Amino acid sequence: MQKTSKALLGLATAFVMSSALPNLAKADELTLCWAAWDPANALVELSKDFTAKTGTQMKFEFVPWTSYADRFLNELNSHGKLCDLIIGDSQWIGGSAENGHYVKLNDFFDKEGIKMDDFVPATVVGYSEWPKNTPNYWALPAMGDVVGWTYRKDWFEKPELQKEFKAKYGRDLAAPKTYDELKQIAEFFQKREIDGKTVYGASIYTERGSEGITMGVTNVLYDWGFQYENPKKPYDMEGFVNSADAVKGLEFYKSLYDCCTPPGSSNVYMVESADAFKSGQVAMQMNFAFTWPGLYKDEKVGGDRIGFFPNPAEKAHFAQLGGQGISVVSYSDKRDAALQYIKWFAQPDVQAKWWELGGFSCLNSVVNAPGFAKSQPYAQAFLDSMAIVKDFWAEPSYASLLQAMQKRVHNYVVAGNGTAKEALDGLVKDWSDVFKDDGKI
Amino acid sequence: MRAILRIAARIGRRAGPPNFPYPKRPGENLTISPSSIVEKAADATARATPVSVARRVRGLSDRAIAWLFIAPAITLLLAINIFPLLWAVYLSFTNYRANRPNAPVQGVGLGNYQRVLNDPDIWQAMQTTAHFVFWTIVLQTVIGFTLAYLIDRKFRGHAFWTTIILIPMMLSPAVVGNFWRFLYEPQIGLFAYAVSMVSGIPTSDIQMLGNVSLAPWAIIIVDTWMWTPYVMLICLAGLRSIPDYIYEAAEVDRASPWRQFWSITVPMALPFIMLAVLFRGIENFKMFDMVTLLTGGGPGSVTEVASITLKRAAFESWATGRASAFAIILFVAVFGLANIYVKALNKVKQR
Repeated sequence: MQKTSKALLGLATAFVMSSALPNLAKADELTLCWAAWDPANALVELSKDFTAKTGTQMKFEFVPWTSYADRFLNELNSHGKLCDLIIGDSQWIGGSAENGHYVKLNDFFDKEGIKMDDFVPATVVGYSEWPKNTPNYWALPAMGDVVGWTYRKDWFEKPELQKEFKAKYGRDLAAPKTYDELKQIAEFFQKREIDGKTVYGASIYTERGSEGITMGVTNVLYDWGFQYENPKKPYDMEGFVNSADAVKGLEFYKSLYDCCTPPGSSNVYMVESADAFKSGQVAMQMNFAFTWPGLYKDEKVGGDRIGFFPNPAEKAHFAQLGGQGISVVSYSDKRDAALQYIKWFAQPDVQAKWWELGGFSCLNSVVNAPGFAKSQPYAQAFLDSMAIVKDFWAEPSYASLLQAMQKRVHNYVVAGNGTAKEALDGLVKDWSDVFKDDGKI
Repeated sequence: MRAILRIAARIGRRAGPPNFPYPKRPGENLTISPSSIVEKAADATARATPVSVARRVRGLSDRAIAWLFIAPAITLLLAINIFPLLWAVYLSFTNYRANRPNAPVQGVGLGNYQRVLNDPDIWQAMQTTAHFVFWTIVLQTVIGFTLAYLIDRKFRGHAFWTTIILIPMMLSPAVVGNFWRFLYEPQIGLFAYAVSMVSGIPTSDIQMLGNVSLAPWAIIIVDTWMWTPYVMLICLAGLRSIPDYIYEAAEVDRASPWRQFWSITVPMALPFIMLAVLFRGIENFKMFDMVTLLTGGGPGSVTEVASITLKRAAFESWATGRASAFAIILFVAVFGLANIYVKALNKVKQR
């Protein structure tokens, strides 16, 4: 009994202490929340300069991508004080702005002379603005990211493969410019023996649980003519989401999944796709640009063996935007210190170092610098891709819109149920329901 | 949880003293009885209590003191169990969304319930759940009971094998989900390799998680692998509780082993088997973690069990009102079924 009461007392004390501790945290300590991935490690490195300059210690809360949205949206919705600064996903901006999770930065930018014109326009629209295309800023563009492709340069350069390819298709084996070319190359490599190993054509996104297959499918569908809504009438989706061109694009994505992916590719997102490439399974890989520095450094497939190319073009030329802006959480008690961090982060020399360390800066002076395109082997592909970006809905209801798309396209592409037309018709219906619930149509 | 507690309490009440499956070992009574320490502590506390307080306490009836003692527990139960339940019932009649704190909350009557019950996706999820629950229970009961029956033969090393069999149950579902993903992986996975060795199908064609007809079975296999030991353990307790003299009497009556099995073993172990089925049923009805890690509900939605649908509605779409309605429907369903089942279980026990 005594033991029990002692243990209980101990537990209670621990509980009180643990709930009190965050409040005891020093004022000169900031917590930054982000996803657990390569760029986050680069940011830890970069932030040491900030600590050296200001004496403010930085704490980091990194969560894996698959639970990133769950974890932090929960935190924001419950008005949690865990994060002072957050690098939130681009689609959260609508909800976070409308519900007051983020501090509006316009006045701060004006006061500190931070100009949004200094940043790549697509990133400002994508990561900072809500409502879109209005000068209301909720974040500073922090990490530019976009879906692009990597390929095995060493395989592409093998003379015997080049010869065989040319004989078969009448052109050189090189990074594809159109989707037909991409598919031909993928088919060419599918189940081919290279260096005694069976290899496959391409790795593409098919993940079901969070946002994977949507990012992959939209990345391709934009090029085929898919549009989210009537450019002249907001939320009018019939004939745009499910246009004949969009249907063709979705059929193409499925044909690529069926013909040219490695076995067991039914649930692939960033990590799995990078793994397929790293383990030497695939000739081409669709993935966000943030994976490129790591892949380039890889001993087995990096260096001379890897090449990078932006999305191929079809009817149009777009690429799915990734990346995030950095925001100050309005529930934080250390708003001023957090703003100081953003001020520091926006400086051109810090941004230049950010790029050096493996982060993708969105600052014009960095990406337009004369030597930028040659500074890294993937810099050119990144620049070309960032010029053609398009993003998913950033509405406060983006998660419902995303869920509907995950379900509809996975059901068609991976499960093979129904037709592409049915999948996109269903999507129009689901999306219309969401907007009806929101009172937007 | 409350339902389980109530059920367990009821079973405990009717069952009388538990049939402890293992004989008490000598030496178990050698430990110092804790009651003497407790008495000493109580004595010391009583002496230390100021007279005025002691007098006041003495004035209270036993009943009042009893209430005083259980008050903290009741308060906690109300705060973290009953209140959220009632709150969820309230929310299920509103359009509340947890991520729109500024939006006005309006009552929508039975609208949420209507919408949930008319949603074909939700019925699909319920069917998926039913398929999963049914087959996991069937497989786990059959295999679990068979294993328990074999282990109960008390061959040499049976304790060792019991421990080995129990290992999967001790792993976290998150670990199990992750490593079965690797086991199912067509290129490097052991599962595909083993099936390929037996059947001759090339491993690249054995896509357990990506195939619409195989994926529901893939999650059933994993759950069965993990939880059969649990069922086995409960069945083993049941088998050990059957007194030997009944079998001896049956021997005297010249009952065949077959007859003994069906007339003695099964009926006498039945309450235990039913209890195992109940626990597994409730557990698997709310299966979430393992399936999420294995398939994320895919391909398409063929493995999207009800709790995944519920989680997505509640914590991704933040349709809190609708999700509450769905949760209440699930709660009532499980609670109702479990109550009927416990009635049946008690009938069986009284036989």
